[in-house]
Amino acid sequence: MLRRFAKPVLAAAMMAPWVWLIYAIYLESQQTGSGLGADPVEGLLHYLGNWGMISLLLAFSITPLSRQFRSPWLIRSRRITGLFAFTLVAAHAAIFTVFYVQLQWRAMLQEVIERPYITLGMSSLLVLSLLAATSTRGWQRRLGSTWRRLHRWVYLAVPLAILHLLWLRKDGYWDVVVYTLWALAMGVERVLAWRKQAAIQ
Amino acid sequence: MLIRKPDPIPGSEITPETVYHNRRQFMAASAAGLASLALPSIAMGGLQEDDEITPENIVTQYNNFYEFGTDKSDPAAFAHEMRTDPWSVKVSGEANKTGIFAFEDIIKGFDVEERVYRFRCVEAWSMVVPWMGIPLKDVLAQFEPTGNAKFVEFETLYRPSEMRGQRGFFSSIDWPYLEGLRMDEANHPLTLMVTGLYGKELPNQNGAPWRLMVPWKYGFKSIKSIVSIRFTEREPVNTWKQLQASEYGFYANVNPAVSHPRWSQASERRLPSSLFNVNRRPTLPFNGYAGEVAHLYAGMDLRKYY
Repeated sequence: MLRRFAKPVLAAAMMAPWVWLIYAIYLESQQTGSGLGADPVEGLLHYLGNWGMISLLLAFSITPLSRQFRSPWLIRSRRITGLFAFTLVAAHAAIFTVFYVQLQWRAMLQEVIERPYITLGMSSLLVLSLLAATSTRGWQRRLGSTWRRLHRWVYLAVPLAILHLLWLRKDGYWDVVVYTLWALAMGVERVLAWRKQAAIQ
Repeated sequence: MLIRKPDPIPGSEITPETVYHNRRQFMAASAAGLASLALPSIAMGGLQEDDEITPENIVTQYNNFYEFGTDKSDPAAFAHEMRTDPWSVKVSGEANKTGIFAFEDIIKGFDVEERVYRFRCVEAWSMVVPWMGIPLKDVLAQFEPTGNAKFVEFETLYRPSEMRGQRGFFSSIDWPYLEGLRMDEANHPLTLMVTGLYGKELPNQNGAPWRLMVPWKYGFKSIKSIVSIRFTEREPVNTWKQLQASEYGFYANVNPAVSHPRWSQASERRLPSSLFNVNRRPTLPFNGYAGEVAHLYAGMDLRKYY
């Protein structure tokens, strides 16, 4: 029962932020400010950033959760969850590129160099792009054992994303605290699991 | 051949849209005896040709007032929890008349003027707002500041029981919020003590019962819900500078040439901005008021004193 519905339910849940966004953009097309707030461009950027962060942390949680709950279908959903997170993060960066630096590549370069939080965010995106590009079965086969090592770079991408948020925030850090604790919990689970495995061997 | 373009109609001769749309309220207000609100409007400083007044619902629902939360919708949602009556103001420091005054007594006897100003936030968005208020220099003169008064410091209400942002556990701001001006900035005719907007009483989320408006500086200088005025000889410390001196200075004059570590200041999103028309425009030095105020900073290195 669970096995049959798990994947479609997961897929539907992952589509939810996009469905809501399409609705919000429709509202915006009817009346400015009705879907994404008084500053819709900023609203859109933050919406994608927030959900990008949450989905990235969800994807980061799949391995530990599937280990704890001994759930094989969870681990089989890892790729799709990661790719879904990547679409949101990539859209977040695209909005910045289109609406903020207005596709001026020199201005973009300047932003990346001058503003540490953008440097961090872009680095995180770069890593995630590499992971997304090599996420297919074909690449998994081709890279062999290198694939696992490559995809451990997510341990870099997640802290970079959190630092990106922390650095740009002026005040009011509760969500940064929640994200940090979440990421730490998933990190600790991994360390404990590795230790256990090492002890067995 | 020299073709002279006729001078544009001065702002002072144009009836602002708000006055036009709110004429019924103005009449009602006059009828109710609030004649002081129904004064002819003066668009001091002048608007640019393409400056359009930002809709009232944006001005009152998109606010940075961290005392009520860090989200821009928080002030509109929670500022009603703040009581503004009674309201007293402590006046202290280098002045002859100091003490604790009732707010009504301080503003009694002054005419309220309408001023339509551009308002530029350091976060690179901007508005055009029809403020109502009293020139700050008139407000301050009644306290007879002495020759030692080189600066004036303002303080926002600190009342965590009514201002939920001040109870926040994850805030690094050391309340109460502080701001300051040099005396010549405070006495500049553009500097306004605001008591209303859109021809109405100032809403709590915009800084009731009164707030500062210094149109050539970034918005954070225009401190809200003021409970203390202190005349000082030395430059006061303002809250954002205290928090991050590398990013926020004392002067905070709008300056497209000085980039902020978080936001490029070269351009701004003028609200209303939409996904389909961002309404981005270049930021002007001193927010377009250079003609009136640039002389205050003659000889100063504005890159150093940002």
